[in-house]
Amino acid sequence: MNINLTLIGQSITFFAFVWFCWKYVWPALLGVMQEREQKIATGLQEAERAEKDLELAQRKAAEQLKEAKAQAAEIIDGANKRANQIVDEAKEAARSEGDRLKAAAQAEIEQEVNRAKEQLRTRVAALSVAGAEKILSINIDAKAHDDMIEKLAAEL
Amino acid sequence: MAAEQTATGYIQHHLQNLAYGKLPAGYTRADGTVLSESTWTIAHSSQEAADMGFWAVHLDTLGWSIGLGLIFCFLFARAAKKATPGVPSGFQSFVEVIVDFIDKTVKDTFPHRNSMVAPMALTIFVWVFLMNLMDLIPVDWLPLAFAHGTSALTGADPHHVYFKVVPTTDLNATLGMALAVFALMIFFSVKEKGLMGFVKELTLHPFHSGKWYVDIFLIPFNFLLEAVSLIAKPVSLGLRLFGNLYAGEMIFILIAIVFGVGVLGFIGASFLQMGWAIFHILVITLQAFVFMVLTTVYMAMAHDREEEHAHDQ
Repeated sequence: MNINLTLIGQSITFFAFVWFCWKYVWPALLGVMQEREQKIATGLQEAERAEKDLELAQRKAAEQLKEAKAQAAEIIDGANKRANQIVDEAKEAARSEGDRLKAAAQAEIEQEVNRAKEQLRTRVAALSVAGAEKILSINIDAKAHDDMIEKLAAEL
Repeated sequence: MAAEQTATGYIQHHLQNLAYGKLPAGYTRADGTVLSESTWTIAHSSQEAADMGFWAVHLDTLGWSIGLGLIFCFLFARAAKKATPGVPSGFQSFVEVIVDFIDKTVKDTFPHRNSMVAPMALTIFVWVFLMNLMDLIPVDWLPLAFAHGTSALTGADPHHVYFKVVPTTDLNATLGMALAVFALMIFFSVKEKGLMGFVKELTLHPFHSGKWYVDIFLIPFNFLLEAVSLIAKPVSLGLRLFGNLYAGEMIFILIAIVFGVGVLGFIGASFLQMGWAIFHILVITLQAFVFMVLTTVYMAMAHDREEEHAHDQ
């Protein structure tokens, strides 16, 4: 085991390799690794933010859906009310129209009946007078018995 | 090789690096020839390698460590170039796991601002791990292939071709790295605290009375203690890695010897080899990690200001 020049040679070799690694290997590798680390960090951050955004959007969408539903219910309610109102109005109108027609018809009927009664009455009076004339074969003084005839006619 | 040699020779052969250095004129070589003039050559024996003195290099240690370091640089630089901030796949995610692990470890132990410490930790961890990993390749494969390859190419005696494939079992490699770490410790200490701050740190701790006429007499003791603890850091750093890997390699070599001892020895050695290799996976990773963490801790200590240092005491 001799100590010789190899000692110095090895030292110089050591410095050479350390220098090479220092200049060309280490910075490049570490730089790449740090860059990746940063990339991953920002990626994670963005993912987190996206998740939060998604949650927010979902909540917003649910809210809007609820609102829309409420609005739709309101509209349907209003429409139903209006329809009922229209139907009621129509019913009312129909009823009053019917009543009016019925009343008019009844009035006319009454009128007709009264007219017929009047006619009948006058006819009966004339007939009664003619019948009495025949029975009595005399000319009854119309004036004298007018009261009686009137009474008769009224009784009919 | 074990069959032709004694066990001792086999072990020694495995523990000798491929040394290239200068032999002086008049030197008697391993094969008996005498050199007429000083020559730069490859050592043919352990004795020759030792006689080359300091001015020699271990070609195998440097070759493997530089080669493995280049593999590390190539793979990681390619991954860094291709890396995208998108979904990582395949090799990129593997590299990122390592980088992330190193980054966390360094951040835990090194609270100061210095862009160099983390890449250095990464380099140490992967590089030392790769060098340690060579220990898991069966001890004879690469040395035998290399010895026979060179003997076929150059006609050299394969018994004289030494080849150690695990750079971290060479004290030169581990101490070399530890020395580099030591140099950085001094550099950052001086840079962060100034030369005077560094000197003060070495001389005014741990004993400090607050009265200058007492402190002057305490300086030698302080300096002695601090110097020992300072020197002990790189030495223990290098020796720890070397010791663990050297011991591991040694056990592999011993197990390899048992392979040659009959059928029973072969079966036993197979199980031993497997068991030790599995255990060694843990050791090589752990030692690479320990070397990295200690380097980071030493860097942090070098950056610590005096006030913080005083506060620690």
